[in-house]
Amino acid sequence: MTQGTEPQFRRVARFVSPADRGFAAVVYGGSILFALLIVGLFVELVLGSWPSIAHFGGSFIFQSAWDPVASKFGALPMIYGTVVTSFIAILLAGFVGIMAAVFLADFAPSWLAAPLSFLIELLAAVPSVVYGLWGLFVLAPFVRTAIGPALQKVLGWTPLFSGPIYGVGLLTAGIILALMIVPTVAAISRDVIAAIPRDLREASMALGSTKWETATRVVLPSARVGIFGACVLALGRALGETIAVTMVIGNRPEISASLFAPSYTLASVIANEFTEATTSLYISALIELGLILFIVSVIVNALARLMIWSVRGST
Amino acid sequence: MTVATLRYRTLGRRRAFGALGTALALFCAILAAGSLLAILGYVVVQGVGAINWNFLTQLPHPIGVPGGGVGNGIVGTFVVIGLAMAMAVPIGLLTGIYLALFGRGPIPEALRFLSDVLSGVPSIAIGLFAYAVLVAPLKHFSGFSASFAFMMLMLPLLVRTSEQAIRSVPQTVREGALALGMSNFRATVGIVLPTARPAIITALLLAIARVTGETAPLLFTAFGTQFWEFNPNRPMAVLALQVFNYAISPYSEWQSQAWAGAFLLVTAVFALSLGARLMLRRAMRGLDS
Amino acid sequence: MAAGQELLSTADLSAYYGDRKAVGNVSLKFPRCAVTAVIGPSGCGKTTMLRCLNRIHEVAFDARVEGRVLLDGDDIYSNDVDPMAIRRRVGMVFQRPNPFPTLSILDNTLACVAKGLNRRQKIDRAEQALHAAALWDEVKDKLRTSPLRLSGGQQQRLCIARAVAAEPEVLLMDEPTASLDPIATAVIEELMASLSDNFTIVAVTHNMQQAARVSDYTAFMLADQEGVGRLIEFDETAKLFTKPSDRRTEDYITGRFG
Repeated sequence: MTQGTEPQFRRVARFVSPADRGFAAVVYGGSILFALLIVGLFVELVLGSWPSIAHFGGSFIFQSAWDPVASKFGALPMIYGTVVTSFIAILLAGFVGIMAAVFLADFAPSWLAAPLSFLIELLAAVPSVVYGLWGLFVLAPFVRTAIGPALQKVLGWTPLFSGPIYGVGLLTAGIILALMIVPTVAAISRDVIAAIPRDLREASMALGSTKWETATRVVLPSARVGIFGACVLALGRALGETIAVTMVIGNRPEISASLFAPSYTLASVIANEFTEATTSLYISALIELGLILFIVSVIVNALARLMIWSVRGST
Repeated sequence: MTVATLRYRTLGRRRAFGALGTALALFCAILAAGSLLAILGYVVVQGVGAINWNFLTQLPHPIGVPGGGVGNGIVGTFVVIGLAMAMAVPIGLLTGIYLALFGRGPIPEALRFLSDVLSGVPSIAIGLFAYAVLVAPLKHFSGFSASFAFMMLMLPLLVRTSEQAIRSVPQTVREGALALGMSNFRATVGIVLPTARPAIITALLLAIARVTGETAPLLFTAFGTQFWEFNPNRPMAVLALQVFNYAISPYSEWQSQAWAGAFLLVTAVFALSLGARLMLRRAMRGLDS
Repeated sequence: MAAGQELLSTADLSAYYGDRKAVGNVSLKFPRCAVTAVIGPSGCGKTTMLRCLNRIHEVAFDARVEGRVLLDGDDIYSNDVDPMAIRRRVGMVFQRPNPFPTLSILDNTLACVAKGLNRRQKIDRAEQALHAAALWDEVKDKLRTSPLRLSGGQQQRLCIARAVAAEPEVLLMDEPTASLDPIATAVIEELMASLSDNFTIVAVTHNMQQAARVSDYTAFMLADQEGVGRLIEFDETAKLFTKPSDRRTEDYITGRFG
């Protein structure tokens, strides 16, 4: 029995009854736990790398010696390997993926577009270790016996394609990575291209352009932000890929100009050496590599999503 | 030469160029799709021969002793993923409910940002996290630490899909429930969630498909074992890890078992992905009544 | 109207979405066991006002309320009142039928029936409610099937049955026939008359003829220059439609705008 109170501003709580209080507590609790897990991830990586950061400082990134025995750790060869393989991957996957996306969005008849899209998307579902297996036993020998010599014959005068061809190495890793990220590029680019309004295409065709000219000179440029975002997203995935790369890169912490040479990536050195790491500085150095991977991936991913959102709306 | 002739000639050239470009685009699409078939084909051809009852049910044999299998790896995969699900589903669902109910505002946006961050973290870094939290302090590897890592991998997908699924239930259904005098708890859990269930199950299947093939975190969480292991508190064998170890070994018997294991992995992942697609299609049809 | 004849009334009720005032200072008394129609052009705040009567308005983002709504003499917005309890006493039927998609017809009807009943009592209650909604004969053989197979009109009657089964005192209806065909509309209009024997009904409608047909009392609302919905006139239906007291009411009824 309340007396008539003066009309006053009242913000009414939504979770008043006891059943709802318990529910609210559980929902809040779950969400807080979620946030804590992610923050904890970052914190643990920093804590784990601290001894290495304190010991090596900034030179960690610029040193090229990776000598566990002498406790000298430099990330440069790994950074080099990661950058080169990812670069090869995005070059190949970008071209193939965007071309495929153009075909699927604008040229393919529907009876062809659906199964092709399906197959390409299924590429993304293949486990990393299966890619590695195929890369090790099928692609690497193929590079060693066919692709490598062919490239060397034509381009062997450049430092990129000189030197002995082992089969495993930067090039093979780059190709495997390209296969792994091509679905990302193709699927997102196809969606972005398909979202370009029809009027634009029709206007271009009405002016007398061929379908191909419309696709390449009108549609692709208007979709370029989203497509670029797709490529950056794919790049982010390539940077962090571990198992397939580790199986085909040769695992040697050296910087060489030749793409046929074995190399090392940030992720694969952790995969290879973490369980063998003997000293705590060794472990800390590996965790610091993980931290570098984490930071780079977060930045790349954030950039990519910004670009894709600006074109597509939220994913 | 008249203008008309000129135009005709350049049009012909442009058309030819266009046809070339289209052919190139088609080639790229077929290259991508064909690579999948090539990889799948190899896995099937190389792997299916070694699949037999023994392979599925026996322990690995030491090198030199023929036969053996990945029985413990299969068991381990189920245990590790099952535990991961048990942890990821509540946390992911609750966070999704929070985001759907409290949509706008700085805190929900922060949570979504964190979820996006997590989805981009390489799985090896997540493995390091699991190591730091559950392996180093306890001084032993465990299946549970692998489950923890897998849980982190599954969370972003579950959170995002739960939120979307709950949001996609029409506002009028939720208001109808509340207008009857139901508590928020009953309205959300009893009415809205079941309506969103197909989408959430689809996401769960996809999340499981994703971690089934995940190997990197396992290297220093589950670590592997040669024996039957059902206790998640001890190192466990997981199929993806076994395939990796066999593949990089120098022994051809183990290598062929790697192909067989890869065949199992691919079959499982594809079955789950297709199952998810079918579920999604059925859910879409259900909503159209 | 003697005091105490109303079960539900508002006193100086205002409703906001954030800073935007949608309803301004509405004071209305809804007579017991009668049908009160609320009419007015789109945007006049009638639906918002209706949603304040069962505290559904506050479910929307950034929505708030000033003033009082009295149910049986008590302000439903006072701090110690549980909104859920209010909604059990003031039921609502929405513009588009919204049966719960994952529950059967029977479970939909019983969705908010008190827990203490046994199986027999529950089925009796469902039967009663479905009879009251004139739906029993059409669904009695398919109580366990999905409500999504029913027609629009049937689904809306199911929603009415569901609301009625919870045994409220007041039934709010937000343009209940807006999405239905004329035959379904006629069935529901008949229902409203029979339901008003037991319930106080407040029905928002944009259809003046429906208001004239169905209601005992009518309230006319209009948005003022700032877009705030105000109560212009409230009277017995017959009187409001033949001899309205306010010029604006007359303009609306005769179709000069709206």
